[in-house]
Amino acid sequence: MEGAHAMNLPVLDARGITLRRGSRDVLRGVDLHIGRGELVALMGLSGGGKTTFLRAVAGLEAFDAGTLSVDGVNLVAGRLPAPDVLKARRRKVGMVFQFHHLFEHLTAAHNVCLALVHVHRVPRHEAERRALALLDQMGVGARARALPRELSGGEAQRVAIARALAVDPPLLLMDEPTASLDPARRDELGDTLERLTRSGRTLLAATHDDDFARDYADRVIVMADGLVVEQGDPAGVLGSPQHPATRQLLSQKKRSNGGGSDS
Amino acid sequence: MIHRRVRQAHSASGTACLGAMLALVAAMVSPPRAMAQPPSPAAELVWGGDAEGGSPYVEADPRDPSRVVGFEADVAALIAAKLGLRPRFQPVQFASIDASVKRGDFVIGLSGIEDTPARRAALAVTVPYYEFREVLTVRAADAPRIRVLDDLRGRRVGTLGGTIAYEILLDAQAARGVVAVSYDDDVHPYSDLALGRLDAVLLDHVLADKAMRRERGLVTHPETVAVGHYVGVLDRTNATLRDRIDAVLLDAMRDGTLEGIFRRWGLWNDDQPKLYARVLTAAVPAAAGLAPAAQAASRSEGAEAQPPAQGHTETAAAVQRYLPALFRAALVTIVLSCLAMALAVAMGVFIASGRVYGGRVLRTVLTAYVELTRGTPVLLQLFVLYYGLAEFIRLPAFVAALIGLGLNYAAYESEIYRGALEAVPKGQLEAARVLGLSERQVFTLVRGPQALRLALAPMTNDFVALLKDSSLVSVLTVVELTKQTQIFAANIGSWVVPGALCAAMYLAMSLPLARAARRLEAKWKAPTP
Repeated sequence: MEGAHAMNLPVLDARGITLRRGSRDVLRGVDLHIGRGELVALMGLSGGGKTTFLRAVAGLEAFDAGTLSVDGVNLVAGRLPAPDVLKARRRKVGMVFQFHHLFEHLTAAHNVCLALVHVHRVPRHEAERRALALLDQMGVGARARALPRELSGGEAQRVAIARALAVDPPLLLMDEPTASLDPARRDELGDTLERLTRSGRTLLAATHDDDFARDYADRVIVMADGLVVEQGDPAGVLGSPQHPATRQLLSQKKRSNGGGSDS
Repeated sequence: MIHRRVRQAHSASGTACLGAMLALVAAMVSPPRAMAQPPSPAAELVWGGDAEGGSPYVEADPRDPSRVVGFEADVAALIAAKLGLRPRFQPVQFASIDASVKRGDFVIGLSGIEDTPARRAALAVTVPYYEFREVLTVRAADAPRIRVLDDLRGRRVGTLGGTIAYEILLDAQAARGVVAVSYDDDVHPYSDLALGRLDAVLLDHVLADKAMRRERGLVTHPETVAVGHYVGVLDRTNATLRDRIDAVLLDAMRDGTLEGIFRRWGLWNDDQPKLYARVLTAAVPAAAGLAPAAQAASRSEGAEAQPPAQGHTETAAAVQRYLPALFRAALVTIVLSCLAMALAVAMGVFIASGRVYGGRVLRTVLTAYVELTRGTPVLLQLFVLYYGLAEFIRLPAFVAALIGLGLNYAAYESEIYRGALEAVPKGQLEAARVLGLSERQVFTLVRGPQALRLALAPMTNDFVALLKDSSLVSVLTVVELTKQTQIFAANIGSWVVPGALCAAMYLAMSLPLARAARRLEAKWKAPTP
């Protein structure tokens, strides 16, 4: 792994990240490096720390120790940084939430151009043009004037991706992107994400979905109990899992699918 | 409803506070309803009056607050004794005496009630038993310049609402540009005059004399602006009883009993023997012709002669006369409500965001403000603003009303906004933060707009409530719709038509508003085309 991506600086470089919530250690020293253009599946059982790690990267949660750098912008441990540092960081990271969190009072198009207009000071006219182009690219151009509550789950996710991409962040975080998608929609999403990585975007997706990881990820990282316990190419990690947590993850999946969904 | 509120206002103000409250308590523990029909032999004569009017008319006895004293109490006792009844006092708000006697709360009203054509049309009125003069009181410094109503063009002149004096001021307002200011009691006109809020007060000489003993630096001019008479009022179905009472009063004029009463209260003067002579002469044919005779005797400069009511035409004429005033009052109501709501919304947003985002000190201060404001009556707040703070800052009545209502409603608005702000899902805020929006932008672009949608329905509700609560500011001499209706009703002696008109006007203001709010809500909910 190190060899494959040593050529360019990692887009995401996390070292020894710890995060304590009350008396519980949610992250206990996470080391994680992701190179430009990679699509990485962050896997693990619920409560393993995947979502918390994404939130720390997005600057939504302060961590207690370690260093965290995204495309050259560093966050220090302790507390959330000053607004200007945070703002710089947030331009580097886009996030698509599991439940999308589209702004309920704004149309799809206005969801996408909000940050362009108010953070990046793009003229409204130009911002709307870009928003429409992005929505078209995501295949939801026809829904530009719809309000979030009028969108299907798949449509809402595409709008959420467009919103995250509007400010052109190098790193895109996704939390459980396939959780509410049927297989056909899942494949569409996979194709979309592959297209994004081909154009140089870096993607980190927290997921339970090993089929998705196998089919689309360049690399799988497994977290358990607040630590990275296993990583490598999907076929290797998911084909012959070494860590008990990985094995448990896969057996759980088999049970819930009634035996076999391997493609 | 209105009356009860105004009564509370007076108690809160501390005007005749104790007496009024005790009278109220006495009223509550006593049997509820007086007989509208002639009372049975062993029964009581229930008589109504406003104990807040105070001495020398009727007030709670300082030595025994369960009793009332005053010349009206003595007259009531006299009438009751001659009829073989026991007198019992029923407290009532001054402006409501006519309506109250009609609905049978008491048999006779005795409370410095003025003899007017409208009263004669609507009620059975006794012979006049006291003659008073309307006199002008001014600040001592102004006394040389302001002697008569003509000197008061463009100046504010106060009086008690629903009285002959108020009618005179309304005429003077139309003819001479005097600004008439109506009060619900006879104490505050004089205190406001002393404070400089008024330039003169026009009222009965009895009240003026009383005020001169209380307030310093005032002068009452001896010139008589008008003459009027006090009478007792009964329901028209009680005309027979009224005739018996008239006979008692005429006897008391002849044998000096009334003179004794008025001497005891220091009110006897040369006007009274002349009045009694006129009344007694007119009453010679006795019982049968008494009512019209007394009517002829009671005509005065203040209450010009008008034939008694001729049913519908009279009411129609009154409606026509009062309609412009009602529209003006409705305009005051809507302007006051809109401005007060604007203040409440602005302050409410500030308080709510301070409580959601502010530090501990700010949060504590704002929470204390909200609790204090919600936990005390708005009437008390209005009185404190207008009368309580008058020593430090003399707010004009409209401004005090606007600030009082606005600040009161701000507390309620802030709670709505705080709830709405806290109801916006956290995910919405995080999504906005991740996009790089500053906290201020998160508030103005995402949280605020979404909270506003949640707050709209309760806000509309509050605005309609404010529209109606604006009637409370009549205690600060602001004549808004309810107050004007009260004046109208007192003038024609009936609540039916004024009440219906008033209700229609409130509905005309509140219904379109509720409709607009519903539309906006529907628009926010509807799918986009």
